[in-house]
Amino acid sequence: MQVTLRIRRFNPEKDQKPYWADYTLDNVEPTDRVLELLHRVKWEQDGTLSFRRSCAHGVCGSDGMRINGMNRLACKVLVNTLGEGDALTIQIEPLLGLRVIKDLIVDMEPFFEHYRSVMPYFVNDDPPPEDGRERLQSPEDRERFDDTTKCILCACCTTSCPSFWANQDYLGPAAIVQAHRFIFDSRDHAAEERLKILAETDGVWRCRTIYNCTMACPREIEVTRAIGEVKLAIARGSVE
Amino acid sequence: MQTHQYEAIIVGGGGAGLMAALYASRSVKTAVISKLYPTRSHTGAAQGGIGAALGNLEEDRPEWHAFDTVKGGDYLSDQDAALTLAEEAVSAVIELEHLGLPFDRTPDGRISQRRFGGHTSNFGDKPVRRACHAADRTGHMILQTLYQQCIKNEVTFFDEFQVVDLIRSGDAVVGVIAVNIDDGELHIFHSKAVLFATGGWGRVWEITSNAHSLTGDGNAITYRRGVPMQDMEFFQFHPTGIYKMGILITEGVRGEGGVLINDKGERFMEKYAPHIKDLASRDVVSRAIYLEIEAGRGINGQRYVYLDVTPETVNRYLAEAGEDRRITREYIETKLPDILDFCRTYLGVDPVTEPMPVQPTAHYGMGGIPTDLHGRVVVDAQRTPLPGLYAAGECACVSVHGANRLGTNSLTDLIVFGRRAGKHMAEYCQGADFVALPENPAGEIQEELERLRKADGTRKPYQIREEMRQVMMKHVSVFRTAEGMQEAVETIRRLKDEYANNLHIDDRGKRFNTDLFEAWELGCLLDIAEVTAVSALAREESRGAHSRDDFPKRNDEKWMVHTLAYRAADGGVELNHKKPVDMSLAEKDEKFKPKERVY
Ligand SMILES: Cc1cc2nc3c(=O)[nH]c(=O)nc-3n(C[C@H](O)[C@H](O)[C@H](O)COP(=O)(O)OP(=O)(O)OC[C@H]3O[C@@H](n4cnc5c(N)ncnc54)[C@H](O)[C@@H]3O)c2cc1C
Ligand code: FES
Repeated sequence: MQVTLRIRRFNPEKDQKPYWADYTLDNVEPTDRVLELLHRVKWEQDGTLSFRRSCAHGVCGSDGMRINGMNRLACKVLVNTLGEGDALTIQIEPLLGLRVIKDLIVDMEPFFEHYRSVMPYFVNDDPPPEDGRERLQSPEDRERFDDTTKCILCACCTTSCPSFWANQDYLGPAAIVQAHRFIFDSRDHAAEERLKILAETDGVWRCRTIYNCTMACPREIEVTRAIGEVKLAIARGSVE
Repeated sequence: MQTHQYEAIIVGGGGAGLMAALYASRSVKTAVISKLYPTRSHTGAAQGGIGAALGNLEEDRPEWHAFDTVKGGDYLSDQDAALTLAEEAVSAVIELEHLGLPFDRTPDGRISQRRFGGHTSNFGDKPVRRACHAADRTGHMILQTLYQQCIKNEVTFFDEFQVVDLIRSGDAVVGVIAVNIDDGELHIFHSKAVLFATGGWGRVWEITSNAHSLTGDGNAITYRRGVPMQDMEFFQFHPTGIYKMGILITEGVRGEGGVLINDKGERFMEKYAPHIKDLASRDVVSRAIYLEIEAGRGINGQRYVYLDVTPETVNRYLAEAGEDRRITREYIETKLPDILDFCRTYLGVDPVTEPMPVQPTAHYGMGGIPTDLHGRVVVDAQRTPLPGLYAAGECACVSVHGANRLGTNSLTDLIVFGRRAGKHMAEYCQGADFVALPENPAGEIQEELERLRKADGTRKPYQIREEMRQVMMKHVSVFRTAEGMQEAVETIRRLKDEYANNLHIDDRGKRFNTDLFEAWELGCLLDIAEVTAVSALAREESRGAHSRDDFPKRNDEKWMVHTLAYRAADGGVELNHKKPVDMSLAEKDEKFKPKERVY
């Protein structure tokens, strides 16, 4: 089939403002990934087209972008999920809410700054078990936070959130997901501190339960639900 | 040009680099430089598990683990290294748990373990549960946990900085040159010691499980600065990559009971490895798949076979083997969620009801930058260290994995030897002074990058790259012959010439010029492909992952040596075959002496 990629391009080194550019590709297989099409444009037609990518199978989080208006990983979207027929146009833009560095590449620093601010690390200063072995955790306690361990920090959720678009000081869903992963880990000791951070003005209360984040997550994390659990824990003053 | 000063520089933010950083940063001023955000390193793609003889579900011992490692490596592993790996694996995994890693748990709350290829109890007796795992996302959890701890410990990161050269002054290593990818500016990092942890180079081959970023940069950089590459002819093809795409299907699938099936519906591994069947070493299984395909028993005569983990099939074989265990659909969903997701997304195949089409995929480099047990880079057959230079992880060759790596042993390697290297590096820095930078240290690389940026010939990087990947897939993969490898060497040399004289790139800008970096990385891949093919051609035997039609037998008389490949003055490859394998375990124990490898 024939596919036209309509790509939002911008290189501040030489462009006054962003513009749309069309690239037509022949012999596209319906099972091709959008990332492969981007590569074909870059390799065969225009080497200046810039985007991030690495693993090419949805586990590293490099290639989050807006594909037909939805935040997706380009390597995880097959052409046949976007339409059928002999000819198809796919629209691709950078993630919203973060400064564009070049073409589909956005500045991730503010995103990682929010991430770092929620103490996204394990805290437990008790001495480890005397037998020198692992701390014990029941399968049920482990299951409690399983969903949020899956996050790959691709920013698809945060940059799909209208509250984040409106106010970029909002920590955003990804940071809350990361905090959730530790708050509900029975081995961790810093839940209280994290809940305090998340209870501040730019924390969970900016979430309006719009569900865009859950729709956007390529790892199928129930983001809105995780945020809800954090809200509840703050309201109750406990993680039980 | 900005100059930074850190006592210790770590190049690479994958499992090995981060582990070393956690240790080094405790006592010396340390920075990690990574071309990717660390959490995007390919360690995050590791699925099945990390090997350690914890014995949480059945009896296990480090010496059995060491034995399996040596045998799996077809006796080319340095035995002191294999023992170190196996012994320290236990504390390494426990340390990860203490750092918060969310392993799957046994009913009594311990770290859960499963079977993996080549891992046995009692010196080859029967498969043992040694692979510690978090579903099929073990690498993701390791990478996240280590990165989180680095944040906690305020380790300094230079993210999206690409290291392009190593600075040496006389005998000393004094730093690296990196480009800030964002604005294209060169930076000099002046240091007392440098550790490379840049990962693998699977992108040399057409079908691979490796990320686009795995282009062997660290190996190429050090090679160009006089460090040899060791045992590069040994590159592992993992038996089960998704057909045509190469995406990995973890061996954990077979560990949970999955089986390989040919077009006739036969479980063909019964023929090639009667004892442990589908859980034989990867080299053995990959060859079996190739032979089945060559004999016309690929599915519908095509170049793939089936990997079947449907409860129906698995339970039938479990019953046949007299085992009590049975699996359910739900069990598969919880133990292999990502594998199911990959197959459903990319193939439209649901592994709980249908088999998966698989073929061998280029996966892991056993060779690399030679090091000793402390991660110090050693530059000759006498194992002389080059002071201040370290390597760890997949880019390094300790050599633990010998001629063939066992599944789960790479993640163990990252943690055990990343930790050792980080510690040693810190001690070294405390006792060393900064050596002055040479004059204009970035001159040479700046010139090369400018050449690439302006390259105005007729061949685009991807054209050269695809040709390289195809010829390497055809001639330097699972089965090899002299003619084929000769052809590969000649093709690579022609491609190197085109790269030097007739390259074309489009992007002449400074900002996020991925066109330029892809071109520079292609240069690394070509060096590595050449060394691999030349090293393979010279080794006239079959051992582990290096299997030759014209020399089908292992030759212990002549080839119990490591290959060292140096860059010659004329740019070609110079080989040295004088570095003997460490046999310290065999000296004390018959069982570790080379013998025929049967599974
Ligand atoms: C799909 C898959 C599944 C696997 N599953 C398992 C498993 O279950 N068990 C197991 O033991 N092993 C497994 N392996 C192997 C194992 O995951 C890898 O060997 C290991 O993760 C490599 O880690 P590393 O730290 O050496 O490198 P990586 O994690 O690849 O990291 C390399 C780092 O170097 C940086 N870098 C590279 N070049 C440069 C440069 N020029 N400048 C700056 N930075 C640079 C990158 O940014 C990155 O941070 C698997 C491998 C794959 C591909
Ligand atoms: S390239 Fe890694 S998630 Fe898409």
